Amino acid sequence: MDIYLPIAEMSVNALLIILMGGAVGFLSGMFGVGGGFLTTPLLIFYGIPPAVAVASSATQITGSSVSGALAYWERGQVDLRMGAVLVAGGLVGAGLGQIVFSVLQDLGQIDVVISLIYVLFLSVIGGLMLRDALAALKAARAGQAPPARRSRHLPWVAALPWKMRFPGSGLYISPLAPLLLGAAVGILTVIMGIGGGFIMVPAMVYILGMRAQAVVGTSLFQIIFVTAATTMLHATASKSVDIVLALLLLLGGVTGAQLGVRAAQKLSPDRLRLGLAIVVLAVAGVLLIGLTLTPAEPFALFEGA
Amino acid sequence: MARIALALGLWLALAGAAPIRLITQLSQARIEINTTFRGSEMLVFGAIQYPQGSVPDSPPDIAVVVRGPSAPVTVRQKARIAGIWVNATGVRFESVPGFYAVSATRPITQIADERTTAIYEIGIRNLQLSPASGADDGISRTFETGLIAARQKAGLFTERSDGVQITRGVLYAARIALPAAVPVGDYTAEIHLVRKGRVLASTSAPFVIDKSGFERWVYVMAQENSLAYGLAAVMAALAAGALAALVTRRRW
Repeated sequence: MDIYLPIAEMSVNALLIILMGGAVGFLSGMFGVGGGFLTTPLLIFYGIPPAVAVASSATQITGSSVSGALAYWERGQVDLRMGAVLVAGGLVGAGLGQIVFSVLQDLGQIDVVISLIYVLFLSVIGGLMLRDALAALKAARAGQAPPARRSRHLPWVAALPWKMRFPGSGLYISPLAPLLLGAAVGILTVIMGIGGGFIMVPAMVYILGMRAQAVVGTSLFQIIFVTAATTMLHATASKSVDIVLALLLLLGGVTGAQLGVRAAQKLSPDRLRLGLAIVVLAVAGVLLIGLTLTPAEPFALFEGA
Repeated sequence: MARIALALGLWLALAGAAPIRLITQLSQARIEINTTFRGSEMLVFGAIQYPQGSVPDSPPDIAVVVRGPSAPVTVRQKARIAGIWVNATGVRFESVPGFYAVSATRPITQIADERTTAIYEIGIRNLQLSPASGADDGISRTFETGLIAARQKAGLFTERSDGVQITRGVLYAARIALPAAVPVGDYTAEIHLVRKGRVLASTSAPFVIDKSGFERWVYVMAQENSLAYGLAAVMAALAAGALAALVTRRRW
């Protein structure tokens, strides 16, 4: 079934897009990540213009984060105060990211930069996850308790001024640290079309030293607001949000997520982490090959002024 | 068939007027892009009106040129920097048609000489793409080749040497395929009658390709009410997510 996308200005196979959303949703339900880091590259592989892929993927993440955030909210696992600080930072970051995005678009380098940042982040985070997962699996096999997680924040976080209490996260730190973290992830949200959960969650644990129960819920809470703001920025500045594309992705995504959650209950968390690490590294590998292989088309066209 | 009969009738009625003339009709004046748009076809047809109605033994050549809205395009050559392919040097072309199709009775090089086809911009190689001043001639030629190759691959630049049929030396017809990727905007179909390498008559007919219905509504909203459009997109996403949460909580 072919559908003409009004903003991307191309005809796509609707079933394929829904399946794509479903596959990403399955992985996100299974691993508890937003899946934007998979959606955007997949859409670009399919031939959707990068600007439209990034913007519409952000819209889709808003929707797919809602159901997860609601579930955590009901269990009281969202630290509202921490979330508000992260959102504030995220909005600043999104604004900055929009400026960077426009400059790169004018330079005609947006697709190269998107791919490069992806390779960089996916390989670093995938590598870290792989190391952790393998260590945990090895420890489990040897019959030892898993290595204790460091629950304190980094020294430079403790050194920042104006400390305040974040009871939900079990922290007494300066709000500057989550503000900076939120801003950094906000920039990436706009440029990469991701929710940033796969960066935010490890950062909350390893940098801020947040209590584990509050991490995922607060991250999802923050993602909803920052991706919503990103959608608004893309809609008003680059006019590249394709609502039809976003809804097709959501349609598959929410269904796939449910199947993913069910599949995840049959696997151990360490195996899941290993699986996610492999998926993340595989995406990074494919993108890297795309960047280094001699392109079939030696020229790229950029329309408009 | 009715249209061809009409064109024939027109030709008979007008026959006898002085120089050679072309009468042209398009199958549609407007092509609408809706949700299920997968490309379309434009039939360009009409009649040749000879002086005193004397049809020659060998019919003349006809070239049909369909051209879409022009826009500036920057062509960048990919180059390897530190092992990574980036978009390096670029040349800007001021007026590149978003769509360009030529159909003729014979290969264009056999119809007329290079000068004539260049004047009338018949043939992809004869398009005046106006590279930005300052660019070296040889370099802009390379980039032009790249631009044309990319557009040809997308099906947006086409050239057919057997696309025009002439019936009984009088009626002509060409089918121009419009792929799903055609840009929206104002189009023209130009018809040139060439005999012994000289263009004896030319005529043109405009048509419009535009989004319609839902596609148009979404596009116009996104362009003109971008704030409301963005809000609507966020609301739709939130609603879809909330609905999914609701459905999974109580399994109906």
